Amino acid sequence: MSEGAINRLAAVFAKDRPALIAFVTAGDPTPAATPAILDALVAGGADVIELGMPFTDPMADGPAIQNANIRSLAAGTTTADILSIAAGFRARHPAVPLVLMGYANPMLRRGADWFADALAAAGVDGVICVDIPPEEDDALGPQLRAHGIAPIRLATPTTDAARLPTVLEGAEGFLYYVSVAGITGLQQAAQASIEEAVGRLKAATDLPIAVGFGIRTPKQAAAVARVADAVVVGSAIVEVVAEHGADAPASVTAYIRSLADAVASARNDRIEETGR
Amino acid sequence: MNASPLHAPNSFRAQPDDRGHFGQFGGRYVAETLMPLILDLEREYRAAKADPAFQAEFDDLLEHYVGRPSPLYHAERLSEALRTGVDAGMGAQVWFKRDELNHTGAHKINNCIGQILLAIRMGKTRIIAETGAGQHGVATAAVCARFGLPCVIYMGAKDVERQQPNVFRMKLLGAEVRPVTSGAKTLSDAMNEGLRDWVANVHDTFYIIGTAAGPHPYPELVRDFQSVIGREARAQMLARTGRLPDMLVAAIGGGSNAIGLFHPFLDDASVAMLGVEAAGHGLEGSEHAASLAGGFPGVLHGNKTYLLQDQDGQIAEGHSISAGLDYPGIGPEHAWLRDIGRVQYDSATDKDALDAFQLLCRTEGIIPALEPAHAIAAVSRHARTMRDDQIILANLCGRGDKDIFTVAAALGVEM
Repeated sequence: MSEGAINRLAAVFAKDRPALIAFVTAGDPTPAATPAILDALVAGGADVIELGMPFTDPMADGPAIQNANIRSLAAGTTTADILSIAAGFRARHPAVPLVLMGYANPMLRRGADWFADALAAAGVDGVICVDIPPEEDDALGPQLRAHGIAPIRLATPTTDAARLPTVLEGAEGFLYYVSVAGITGLQQAAQASIEEAVGRLKAATDLPIAVGFGIRTPKQAAAVARVADAVVVGSAIVEVVAEHGADAPASVTAYIRSLADAVASARNDRIEETGR
Repeated sequence: MNASPLHAPNSFRAQPDDRGHFGQFGGRYVAETLMPLILDLEREYRAAKADPAFQAEFDDLLEHYVGRPSPLYHAERLSEALRTGVDAGMGAQVWFKRDELNHTGAHKINNCIGQILLAIRMGKTRIIAETGAGQHGVATAAVCARFGLPCVIYMGAKDVERQQPNVFRMKLLGAEVRPVTSGAKTLSDAMNEGLRDWVANVHDTFYIIGTAAGPHPYPELVRDFQSVIGREARAQMLARTGRLPDMLVAAIGGGSNAIGLFHPFLDDASVAMLGVEAAGHGLEGSEHAASLAGGFPGVLHGNKTYLLQDQDGQIAEGHSISAGLDYPGIGPEHAWLRDIGRVQYDSATDKDALDAFQLLCRTEGIIPALEPAHAIAAVSRHARTMRDDQIILANLCGRGDKDIFTVAAALGVEM
């Protein structure tokens, strides 16, 4: 069992400032292009990398990430490629947490034990599986925990107070609040509803709360960072990759930096508010 | 032990378990946004099942709107034709459950009636559905018109093209048909798009899933609504012949007509059962839709079941001449019944189905849909190996009006 995994995530959230979690799809536009894009995310100031595993049937994703999945699979991306991208990232960035996000079928294809072993060997810190809810935790959760890899749970606007304990039972790393009942990349939730939800979640758990879905501008990121422990940006980054292809790293770094600066300024605002 | 016979451990009819699992299959593999709704649906379904008024309304609509019970028909000319060249005393009697005579032309409407009553009970005001061949879309559009609810049907763009008559039917019935252009543009992609709509509209929308698949409790409730087929057939066969059939045969895409026929007979040990998958251009290549014969267990569209997929778990595109069988998965109860050996599964190619389609037209004056034509192909093979006092009961689950253009093209006929 490797303690290092959860510690990398814990170290980020121990910094007492909001974190920026940046998502890209592995293998988009090609497996060979992904390492430089991940480096660009780190260079721009991303605190946690969320690496999407492409799937033929991404039913929780909007058009931007659907298309990224299609580009990646068309480029021939395999599970072996993704593990190799993860291992390479871990070697280059020993302290930056790396979380895999995706769907159950590619994760379970060779068995949950195989997958957890492979992720541990690659230095992955956590897994977000869209279609394994707490009710099906035994499909992958025990194997991840046995390797010190955090099963990261999702809470949504439909997760009411009665259900929340079920979601939190066995959750590790951080809690990902999906702020919109819908698919990735479309509208953003109203700030007031995010604030209300984060308050409710914080009252129920000590896990850091990350908020995502529909966040694309520095202003939106800053607003969310004022109340949450982390801001997740996905589709908007994927769109930058789509626009620039293999030349994406410079544009990605510039875009991430604008988000990271905004998130950092939110921390200052938060300190001022606390001081008042 | 005071367990009732129905719940005895040796019953095949007591599935799924409390978590919606049929052995290792089934379950609730959905996004968190949908979980509360799925749990709510399960509670509401349990309540409806226990409510005599719900059952009475369901039965009434099946009788007066759908036209049930559907006839049980002894296909004597087909039976005789299949005895050509076999030894004396061989060649089983072939009987059909005539679910193609239902309103809207297939078994799909049985399930749609049940689900729209559930939707209304839950206070939902908008209906969505996916469709492949268009039969489930037409049935959903019909019940939505009947109950005055707005209806959106997701259909792969490729299926929209090859099933134009059904697209027009849905529109006549007031449904909005949304062509899906992602992926292979067929049934599986339509289901993805249905789930995307649902996750964004959980507050007011009910998803009428068309087959005995998807997250729990869908496989169970679709099976229960379709089991009217098997319950009627069992009683009709006993009344007409004084005995049970020796073998049941049904085509399988997701498997709702098959589970509807099989389930009431599962504990009748003397009754053999055969599910027939679509072998497309042949099982040796990749152009088929036989998830049991050519797939591996995996998770898709809310349940664990056999799936056509590659070594990395990417879903393969199914192929069949029948748009209704063209799905890379299969209902989880079939996956379980296959693994425990209670039901046998076989397949029929596009060509087998076309031959059987024409055979039924000419011997019985019945134009079957291409889906049950696969079952008839398997019936043709098996009848010859059985004695002439034995009975095969096949589900004629849909009529072929929608398929005449596809069949004409396959036979090289210009229309």
